[in-house]
Amino acid sequence: MYRETEIIKDAPQFGEPGFGDLVINVGPQHPATHGVLHLIITLNGETIKDIKPNLGYIHRSIEKMCESLTYRQFIYVTSRMDYLSAHINNHACALVVEKGLQVEVPERAQVIRVLFDELTRIASHELWWGAMAMDLGAFTPFFHSFRERETINVIMEETCGARLTMNYYVPGGVMWDLHPDFQKRVKDFITLYKKKIHEYDELVTGNIIFQNRMKGIGYISPEDVISYGCTGPVARGSGVHSDIRKVSPYSIYSKLDFDEVLETGGDSFARYVVRIKEMHQSIKIIEQLIDNIPEGDFQAKTKAVLKLPKGEYYQSVETARGELGVYIVSEGGTTPYRIKFRSPGFSNLSALNHMIKGGKIGDLIAAMGTLDLVIPDIDR
Amino acid sequence: MTNEELKVKLTELLPSATFEEGGEWLNVYIEPAALPAFAKQLKSDEVLQFDFLFCLTCVDWKTHLTMVYHLRSTKLQHAVVVKAKLDRTKPEIETVSDTWRTAEFHEREVYEMFGVHFLHHPDLRLLILPAGWEGKNPMRKDFEDPVNMIKL
Repeated sequence: MYRETEIIKDAPQFGEPGFGDLVINVGPQHPATHGVLHLIITLNGETIKDIKPNLGYIHRSIEKMCESLTYRQFIYVTSRMDYLSAHINNHACALVVEKGLQVEVPERAQVIRVLFDELTRIASHELWWGAMAMDLGAFTPFFHSFRERETINVIMEETCGARLTMNYYVPGGVMWDLHPDFQKRVKDFITLYKKKIHEYDELVTGNIIFQNRMKGIGYISPEDVISYGCTGPVARGSGVHSDIRKVSPYSIYSKLDFDEVLETGGDSFARYVVRIKEMHQSIKIIEQLIDNIPEGDFQAKTKAVLKLPKGEYYQSVETARGELGVYIVSEGGTTPYRIKFRSPGFSNLSALNHMIKGGKIGDLIAAMGTLDLVIPDIDR
Repeated sequence: MTNEELKVKLTELLPSATFEEGGEWLNVYIEPAALPAFAKQLKSDEVLQFDFLFCLTCVDWKTHLTMVYHLRSTKLQHAVVVKAKLDRTKPEIETVSDTWRTAEFHEREVYEMFGVHFLHHPDLRLLILPAGWEGKNPMRKDFEDPVNMIKL
């Protein structure tokens, strides 16, 4: 790859193709790439001709590690993939093991899981909103979003004991029961959220500078969304029905009343609106459940050593970024024979070149901001 | 479409295909050479419309490699798993990135991790691993690397 400044020996002359091209590296240490993403961008003037992502700066070979971890242990490694959706990653792994073992999860555990999933989704979108506005040059929104996100982190910390890599889900339920203050804290959060959320629209959504930078930027058509395998808000911003909670419902999502947010713009602004509206839908789900947490066990009784019967298992869930799939090939042992994580960011990133080719370099930041890339999720 | 209906339809398209049931979805085993044409049919056929390749991976079975393609139709909401066995010493298969664009990145990952060569791939380079890892395939079962301990 381009490790040093590349000196083009046979530079194209005036009139030849490629005349005036400039190759620049963005990242791996660049504030706008939100982590160690390295983009090799070919520019002509300010116009982007080509983007080649260079991945692997945070590759830990999680799939290989999981091959030597038991079905109880491997869940905790996955918190380190998409660290902003740690609970939802854990949920996917717990579900796939439960599917293999045919364990019935107690209703209380299922409700607790969905509550935490939706709180995670809000926390993730809050961070995205602040970080994306910061990419575009607005620093204040970051503090606004972290004000609300902090209250979610406190809720997580009380019950799970951690603020980022929670490791709360186990095959068969959750690790321990809710903190006694949980319901009160969540209700306080809902009140705070409803009081403050209009500030988001006043600060950013309605801002004319922001809208000019977002509308029509990074357009992707519904056909290309499907072909590139984009999922989550990226797909729904182009009007593709792709919410796993609706397409193939898991846990108790089929019993809940919420809408799949669809926008038809296909540009950065549409993806922005999808995420903002998704936060409202998550609040709607939490409101339905918070007063109706059933009594009972928080964990099903499972054997100390879990062995998945020989076969193949696949489970996908909707994380804050899209469809996370866990594919396990079992040989009947205590560890997976092969495990594959189909991460949403990986496929979403592959569409970046298609989205932004021909645009300006300033638009790249706006388009990448709405892809909501989490690099450990892409590299795994 | 149910698995039974899919089975009938896919046999019509490719008589040499063999099937395996038991999992959630129907597994179709095909010859590697049949893949590109079969993939195009799966995507374009009126009643199949498998337009979404949601997972592409490979499994090392020590004696051979198996390519695994998970396909779903976003319109008809049915899914199928296409599998192709590859020779372990010289694994080669045609790319499907012209049918499903997402395969371009996924195939590059399989290329570096398992050493499968995808013929006619537009840009078959290392994606995640750093330069110099060509020929060493970390996800294969016989991979040994005492320096970077990835086995726990």
